[in-house]
Amino acid sequence: MAFKALRRGARAVANAVLDPVAELGRSGLKALAGLGRAHLLLLHILAGSAEVLWRPRLLLAQVFNVGVLSVLIVAVSGLFVGMVLALQGFYVLSQFGAEESLGVMVAASLVRELGPVVTALLVAGRAGSALTAEIGLMKATEQLAGLEMMAVDPVRRILTPRFYGGLIAMPLLVALFSAVGVLGGYFVGVGLLGVDDGAFWSQMQSKVDFREDVVNGVIKGLVFGVVVTWIALFQGHDSTPTSAGVSRATTRAVVHAALAVLALDFVLTALMFGN
Amino acid sequence: MTAVTVGSGPAPVSGALTDQAPGACAADAAESECLVRIRGLRFSHGPRVIFDDVDLDIRRGSVTAVMGPSGTGKTTLLKLISGQLRPDAGTIEVDGEPVHALRQSALFELRRRMGMLFQSGALLTDLSVFDNVAYPLREHLRLSPPVVRKLVLLKLEAVGLRGARDLMPNELSGGMARRVALARAIALDPMMILYDEPFTGQDPISMGVLVSLIRQLNDASRLTSIVVSHDVRETASIADYIYVISNGRVMAAGTPATIAAERSEWVRQFMDGLPDGPVHFHYPAPDLAADLLTRGVG
Amino acid sequence: MAKQRSIEVLVGAFMAAALVALFFLAMKVSNLGTSPAADGYRVTARFANAGSLKVRAPVSMAGVRVGRVEAIRFDKKTYEAVVTMRIENGVDTIPEDTFANIFTAGLLGEQYVGLEPGGSEDFVRDGDELTQTQSALILEQMIGQFLFSKAEEGGK
Repeated sequence: MAFKALRRGARAVANAVLDPVAELGRSGLKALAGLGRAHLLLLHILAGSAEVLWRPRLLLAQVFNVGVLSVLIVAVSGLFVGMVLALQGFYVLSQFGAEESLGVMVAASLVRELGPVVTALLVAGRAGSALTAEIGLMKATEQLAGLEMMAVDPVRRILTPRFYGGLIAMPLLVALFSAVGVLGGYFVGVGLLGVDDGAFWSQMQSKVDFREDVVNGVIKGLVFGVVVTWIALFQGHDSTPTSAGVSRATTRAVVHAALAVLALDFVLTALMFGN
Repeated sequence: MTAVTVGSGPAPVSGALTDQAPGACAADAAESECLVRIRGLRFSHGPRVIFDDVDLDIRRGSVTAVMGPSGTGKTTLLKLISGQLRPDAGTIEVDGEPVHALRQSALFELRRRMGMLFQSGALLTDLSVFDNVAYPLREHLRLSPPVVRKLVLLKLEAVGLRGARDLMPNELSGGMARRVALARAIALDPMMILYDEPFTGQDPISMGVLVSLIRQLNDASRLTSIVVSHDVRETASIADYIYVISNGRVMAAGTPATIAAERSEWVRQFMDGLPDGPVHFHYPAPDLAADLLTRGVG
Repeated sequence: MAKQRSIEVLVGAFMAAALVALFFLAMKVSNLGTSPAADGYRVTARFANAGSLKVRAPVSMAGVRVGRVEAIRFDKKTYEAVVTMRIENGVDTIPEDTFANIFTAGLLGEQYVGLEPGGSEDFVRDGDELTQTQSALILEQMIGQFLFSKAEEGGK
């Protein structure tokens, strides 16, 4: 009897230890399966690339959705980020008597980091969530299945143009953000705080390298464009076709895209500016 | 004779109830006579078995109704026939082609000869009625815009919505949306149309319109129609042949007349919509009286 | 079709705006506008120690920038740093005996070459060398010298 009870107790203890481990394994496997589905979807999306070229109208509409509709929010955010950078930078730099470096500071941080990252976060919030909701609702209302029944591949026809739309729009938005941000920094630094006009620009020009800084920033924008649209499309396509499922997918798309952008930014920065 | 009467329902439909009902194809029936042939179909969704060894035939040119209570996998059956789902076991042949084993390109080729009317209509919300109907034409055929226009207007005329061509899907009522979807489904002149619950949530007038449309289209365009529904009277009024499925099995099959004469208690309950019978609502439960007695103690 | 047209126009405007922004970043913000092959003439100077002088650092006279450092290389025979400067064409009256210093802008600022004009009547031309130079001040050396002299004072 006592032996039996002991064995039962041991089993209970073992289960108490193993259950969390099994739980961890389960969620790990689930995440891995999701990652696999996401990559298969990406391959499927890319397989439709050629069709996008001879249907430029579909692409144009998506560049409009992701790009043009995001211009206002990106430009306004860029302006304010540039202005705040100038304000904060002036405070620190003036303590070392290096106010002339304000232009460098504003431009370098915008072009290298803040431009691509903040733009990607804004696009994830504005266009990414819209993409997820659109695809999720198309799935929930059987529009995707309807296309399939019309012998039209919904991934190639619906998802691929959206993917390329995001891919094209993002670097352009990044350039816009950085440029407007530098202007915002200029207004505050030169107009408000009295930094010398010539020094502001000449220091900037002497320190900011086109290939090293500007081009790398735009490349970052391109990579973020791929990641943000990919995640948004995958979450929409993988969503449970109910209203609750679509809303969950939308939240997930924004959160995952934001995390992916920040983590990827670290990797890209290390690769580009590491040495 | 018909036991299932149309009553005061929709307008009488031409050629609906025929006594020389085209039944299931015989095992040795000519290949051309039978458009869909399902043998030994087994399909489960997770732990739930939806179809367990189902045999089913659809004859060319007929309107076949598949009826059954909610949740018996009627929609799943349409998805299996159209190749959106793959069966666990068994064969599904459509026009001689094994749907369950086709590659995507061959499947798409086959689907161009099939139309499907979804419950929600499944219209593309960012295109107008006209563009929705034109969509499959523009996708698959290289036609000049004037030809597309003519074809679309003809299809819309067939469903009586030529005047609504410039409306957007969100401006349509549910019945109109389904009719537009129907026009889209017949745009490529398919050999077969699958209707998924075409009557659900329709007011009597749009229901009557849809009922007569299905029959008319079937006869005028020499289509084959499969109607999945649990609206017994409307469906029976236009069907040539009826399958009643439940719990993954075919419970009864036959012409509306034979189904009406069916003695089986379960079929009677379902067809006549009796509140009590072999099925206590949809879930199996212990004996009601016993259940009540035990509850009564607590 | 009017809708399609307006989409086309707006996308076109968007792309044009983005290209303008990129052009702005290239020409005004970064160094692409101030290409290294700019006009001007070259003058070299030898320093015992170039400190942390960088290529593209300013060359100034009386606090006004008159050119940029174009190249810094090491002369393995004399163990000196040879700094090549490109001086703007407009500044063509630099005396031959001009004194070249490496200064630091502010306490932590970057280093630049400061030119102090001498009294010669002859002006430098392209390819000439400024012979009078003073090296960059190295903070550690200064502190070391200062401590050394203090110690000597203390020893007396």
